Parts: sequence; structure tokens; C-alpha cells
Amino acid sequence: MDIALSKEERAFAERMRTFFTTEIPAEIRDRLARGGHATREDFLTSQQIMNKHGLAVPHWPTQWGGQDWTPVQRHLYAEEMLLAFVPPPLAFNTQMVGPVIATFGSEAIKERFLPKTASLDIWWCQGFSEPNAGSDLASLKTTAVRDGDEYIVNGQKTWTTLAQWANWIFCLVRTDPEAKKQRGISFLLIDMDTPGITVRPIQLIDGGHEVNEVFFDNVRVPADQLVGEENAGWDYAKFLLGNERTGVVAVGQTKARILRIKRLAAETVVNGRSLLEDPLFRAKLTRLEVEVTAIEMSVLRVLDAEGRNGPGKPDPVSSVLKLKGSELQQQATELLVDLLGPAALAYREDGEVPDGFSALPEGSVDALPTFFNWRKASIYSGSNEVQRTIIAKAILKF
Amino acid sequence: MELDLTDEQRMLGDAVKSLLDKRYDANARLALLESSGPEHWSRELWKQYAELGLLGLTFDEQYGGAGMGVGELAVVMEAFGRALILEPFIATVVLGGQLIAAAGTPEQKSTLLPAVAEGSTLLAFGYTEPASRWSLTDITTTATPSGDGWTISGEKIAVLGGDVADQLLVTATTPDGAVGLFLVAGADVVRDTYQLQDGLGAADVLLSDSPAVAVGSPADALAHIESVLDVATAVLCSEAVGAMDRMLWLTVDYLKTRVQFGQPISVFQALQFRSADMYVSLEQARSMALVARLSLADDDVAERRRAVQAAKIQIDTSSRHIGLEAIQLHGGIGMTMEYPVGHYVKRTTVIAKTFADTDTLVEIVGAGGGLITAG
Repeated sequence: MDIALSKEERAFAERMRTFFTTEIPAEIRDRLARGGHATREDFLTSQQIMNKHGLAVPHWPTQWGGQDWTPVQRHLYAEEMLLAFVPPPLAFNTQMVGPVIATFGSEAIKERFLPKTASLDIWWCQGFSEPNAGSDLASLKTTAVRDGDEYIVNGQKTWTTLAQWANWIFCLVRTDPEAKKQRGISFLLIDMDTPGITVRPIQLIDGGHEVNEVFFDNVRVPADQLVGEENAGWDYAKFLLGNERTGVVAVGQTKARILRIKRLAAETVVNGRSLLEDPLFRAKLTRLEVEVTAIEMSVLRVLDAEGRNGPGKPDPVSSVLKLKGSELQQQATELLVDLLGPAALAYREDGEVPDGFSALPEGSVDALPTFFNWRKASIYSGSNEVQRTIIAKAILKF
Repeated sequence: MELDLTDEQRMLGDAVKSLLDKRYDANARLALLESSGPEHWSRELWKQYAELGLLGLTFDEQYGGAGMGVGELAVVMEAFGRALILEPFIATVVLGGQLIAAAGTPEQKSTLLPAVAEGSTLLAFGYTEPASRWSLTDITTTATPSGDGWTISGEKIAVLGGDVADQLLVTATTPDGAVGLFLVAGADVVRDTYQLQDGLGAADVLLSDSPAVAVGSPADALAHIESVLDVATAVLCSEAVGAMDRMLWLTVDYLKTRVQFGQPISVFQALQFRSADMYVSLEQARSMALVARLSLADDDVAERRRAVQAAKIQIDTSSRHIGLEAIQLHGGIGMTMEYPVGHYVKRTTVIAKTFADTDTLVEIVGAGGGLITAG
């Protein structure tokens, strides 16, 4: 989308590209570019390199390691990172709990947590959703009862992403059962090693282990791990979810997927013609590229408005970005499946084959699992039906 | 990054909108459309467009123009799209005038452009033929040198504004194989005139040894035509966005006022969600119209053309979705001539088949390597 950018912005993007492609190990990026998963170690390596260069948390206050960037610069940074297949800084740390602590936490809590959150010395997971609190998050039931200098937490969280790798969890807990449902909620930080916490893996349809259930059985949490004020947690949660607005589109990731598909399609030759020259496949690809280009400009329009008007309330247009952006991500995963044909069908843990068999084409291991896995994109972060409701109410004024 | 309109563009848009709000409500438009005369547009409004400077918007000031850019033209076209104007603006100004400005000799410019800008001359551009679809080069019309000029023979179809044009610009192949651009007097052709489905005037045109002059040099014409069509396509996208915006809000407002089962039907989630999806389509279209407009400043012709073509793919996709949903969500009233929404649908349906259709463009953009490329 160079046409929309100033010369300075283009130079900035170039600088970011150079950083990501020279400083982040090629071994990691190449593996991810071929469809491999990032390991815990990959995330640590990547974020720690970025943090060393002051690039792990650019949108935080400068005093805590942020950069004084424009919304467009922050966007370009994220885009170039995704295009270079760099494992991004852990969103739970940098996009979610970090900004909440930096904005609403006491000085003591900031000093205790922010540096380790930026460096990934603490790996956070998110304790929001519960079995009966999904889209209707405020109906959550996990309780925290004050007992002297501690809270006693009981309940269950679910869909907790990468809880198996996390050492801390930030939770929404009910501290006032009498208050109206949004009002009695608090934002509590809990060490995963605290006695009484059990993590149970949830296997997803892609065969992978990405999310978990987390059970709290009389877990005693020091009261100084409360962020901000008691019973004000819902406001912090709304602030946190508002920060997801343009980032969740991850246009760079969809573009990176499309580039990979084009590379593989050019190499996939049947009856003397590559798939990239197949009119039907190419038409699907082209239509997807058009929609992705459109949403990229939509993101820039939101950022442009934000740059002119300053950060305000979440722009309801960001619901368009989430809704359409997730659909396009999903379409991109589907095209890879189309491309591989029969080679996509086997369920395999890795790309190894016994002696004498042909090497597997790239994508055979990850295409269908990724397609299944990315059904999540239209469910998480405010399901697409929630986004339609927001558009209907906030924009169309139904 | 600067994506918002300039103050000057905003003022221009407001001026056009204010004129059209006064003069172009649905009833006034319907009266023009159904008038018994041969012309279904307003010559009187045409004069007002001239007074506002719209008819020479992008022409150089030395030729009576306002010397403005494509951004301003896009703003005007979006306002025209909202009002669904019937005047031959695209034919005369966007195509005819800009072709003369791009390809014409200094003499042709100084004769024709001031006349277009003041509203006294109407032009049209004929390039589609019975068997050409939208190809600029797969044509059978021929140009033969004759004295100082040329004679043209062939047939052009669906020539926008061809019903009223004083002079027509037509494409024809010269003996050495170039697709040239030629100016023919309206009196020297035979026309079968009609209204398009959207109410705009057009004609099929027969040329039989019609005397003509070349617009600039035939050898250079094709590149100029392609560039003008890039601009025309980009601003057609803006017009379509104006029309789509109106279709969405007509629908939303209707749902809020239509009462069935004792309540406004806007309370039904099925209708709310479909309206929300229409809004998403509109935003995608709006973004691509902006991509098209910004890309016109790109010096790289291939990049520019690809962006404009991609924009039209999105615009046509979005307007089909929005238009057909607009009728469905209105119910029976959306099917009537009396109610405006169907007229917007007819206009955007015609736009989707103007200059090139979606399938053609998808094929061109795809074969050219697509939009998302490494590096």
C-alpha cells in the first residue's frame, strides 16, 4: 500500500524490514515461512531480541519502553514483522495486560511487572472466558473473596491460550456478587504456580494443543496483585479489548500467507500448467488479493483518522476490520488446502517420510490443520456476530 | 499519510451536493426520466454545472478549465452518484474532454475544451463494437487516409452520450495497424439512439466513410485512451460509492419505518445482520475507490492500472451485493419505478458492465501477477 504512505513512512517500513530480516534468526523465520509452528523458545528469542532493541512494546508509554510512534508507524512495524514471519511479541503481554498495568496500575505494580512483561520473563495468559461467559463476558462467575491481605479465588476459566507455557495469568474475577453484573468485576494478577490452580488441555479439531481450561480451587492471591481499583475491572477489560481493534486484522499475516500460496502455486504443475496459470484458481486468488488490499486501506483509514483526531473511543469501523479481516484470513487458509489437493489430506505430526517415499510437498503438514484452526478467527476477540451487532447498533443505529 | 479530503475538495463536494439536493430529488429525476421529449436530462442543469466549473474541472485554465485534479473529479462523481444524475457528464467531460486534453493537438484543445467547459458542446467516446466486448484493440472499424483527413467505417455500440453528442470520438484501425482516435461530426454518422437500463442516453453508431480528423497522432492514441480510461474507471468507482452509500441508508431508514407484526422490522436480527454486511461491503468499496484515486498519482503505469482494475473488481462485487440486498430488504416497494432504490441498483448494474466487467478484470489482474507481490 505504498501509494498511501509518505516518503518518511516508506523509509520507516524499510527500516523495520531490515531489522526483522537481519536481527531475528533466519532459522526461525524460514521454518515459520514454510508453515512450521513457533515454539516457546522461538517466541522468547524473538521478543527478547526486539526488547533489546526497544521494539517489543512500541505502543507502551516511553517511560516503560515504548516508542513515540504514530499509529501508522505502529501499523507498519506490525506489518513488516508478520511479512517477515517473525514470531510477534506475545499479545497477552504486550497488547493486553501490559497496557492495562501501564494505564491503571499503581507505581509498585508497574515496576514489579512491566519490565518482565516486556522481556517475556513473565509469560502471561488471559483468564477472561468461562464455560458460561463467552460473548456475554460480563456474566462471568469466578469469584475472588477478600480475606485479610489476600483474595481467595474459586472458579473456572476456559479457552486459555498457551496456559501450558504461561507462568502468570491475568483474570477477571467477581469481587462483588451483589453488584450489577459489569460493576462487581476486578482485574487480578495470579502466579500460575500458586497452589490450587489446575490446567487441563483442550484438544482442538486441528489436533493441536493451543487452549486450556484453568481451574481455581481456593487459590490464595496476595491483594497487592489487584490492578487499579476493586470492582473497576470491567472498564479495564473494555480498554484492553479496544486495543485489539486494528491489530486483530493482521493484514500482514494474510499477505504473507498469500505470498506463500503464490510461490507454491507457481511450483505446482499439472498437465504442463502451473496452478498459478489455472484460471479458476487464479481468479479465487485474485479476488482474495483485492479484498485484502481493500481491508489494508480500511486499516489505514482508521489509523489516519486516529492520527488526526487522537486516540479516542474505539471506532466502530474497527468492527468491520475484525469481521472482514477474519474472513479473509480464513479464505487464505482455504486456498492453501485447495492448492495441495490430495497431499493435504493425511494427518501428520511432521514432514518426515520413510526411505523410498517422495518428499512431501510444502504445506502438506500444516494446510488442513491451519484451515481448521483458523475457524477461531471469526469466534474470538468478539465473534463476528457480535461485530455485526456493533455495526448494526453503533453505526446503522438500529 | 494523508487520506482525508482537502478543505478545497470538501467545499467543492458541498457545492455540488447543495445544488443537487435542491434540484435532483427523486421526483425531479423521475420527471426527467419519463419526459416525453427525446432527451431525458436537463440542459438547464448542464448550464449550472458549467457555472460551477464542473464541465472543465480537470482541463487546463488556458482552455477554460478549472485546472483541478482527479481527486476533485472523484469528489464530484461521488456526489453525482448519490443524486444519480442523468446528464451526459461522463461522456462529455470524463471521456470526451479528457481524451481531447490528453491526445489532442493544441488547436483541437483550444477549439473544443472551452466549448465543453462552457457547456455548448457535447462529446461522446465510442469504442465498443458488436463483437469487441471491452477490448480496445479487437475492433473492425477502419480509418482510411483521405486528403488532409480520414474517413471512418464501422459500427460502435452502447456509446454513452452518443445520442446527443455534437462530435464523437471513435477508435479505428489505420492501414498501418495502429488503433487511432478520430473526431467525427454528429451529422456525419447514423445513430440508433436509446436509453440505457439506468436511464442514461446512449446510441449505436454507424460510420460509412464518415469524414474525420485524427485526434493527435494515431500512433500515440492508444496509450492516451488507456490512461483516460484509467481515470474514468477510478472516478466511476467514486460514483458507484456514492450510489452504494445511498442504497445502504435508504434501506436502513426504510427498515426503521416499515411496521409489520406491530413493530418496525428493523428489530429483526436477520435484517440487522444483512444490513451490517452491506455496510462492510460499502467500506471495502470505499477503500478501493480511494486506492484507485491515490494510484492515479503513480508514475508507474502498470501499477496504476492494476490498482484501478482491482478497485473496479471490488466496486462491482460490493455494489452487486449491496444493490440486490437493498431490493430484497425493501420488499415489494424496492421493485417499483416510483421508489428510488431500484434506480440505484440499475445504475450500479450498468456501471458493473462499463469499461470492463468483473471477470475480465479478475483475469487481467491475475494474469499480470496479482496485487500482493514480494518486495
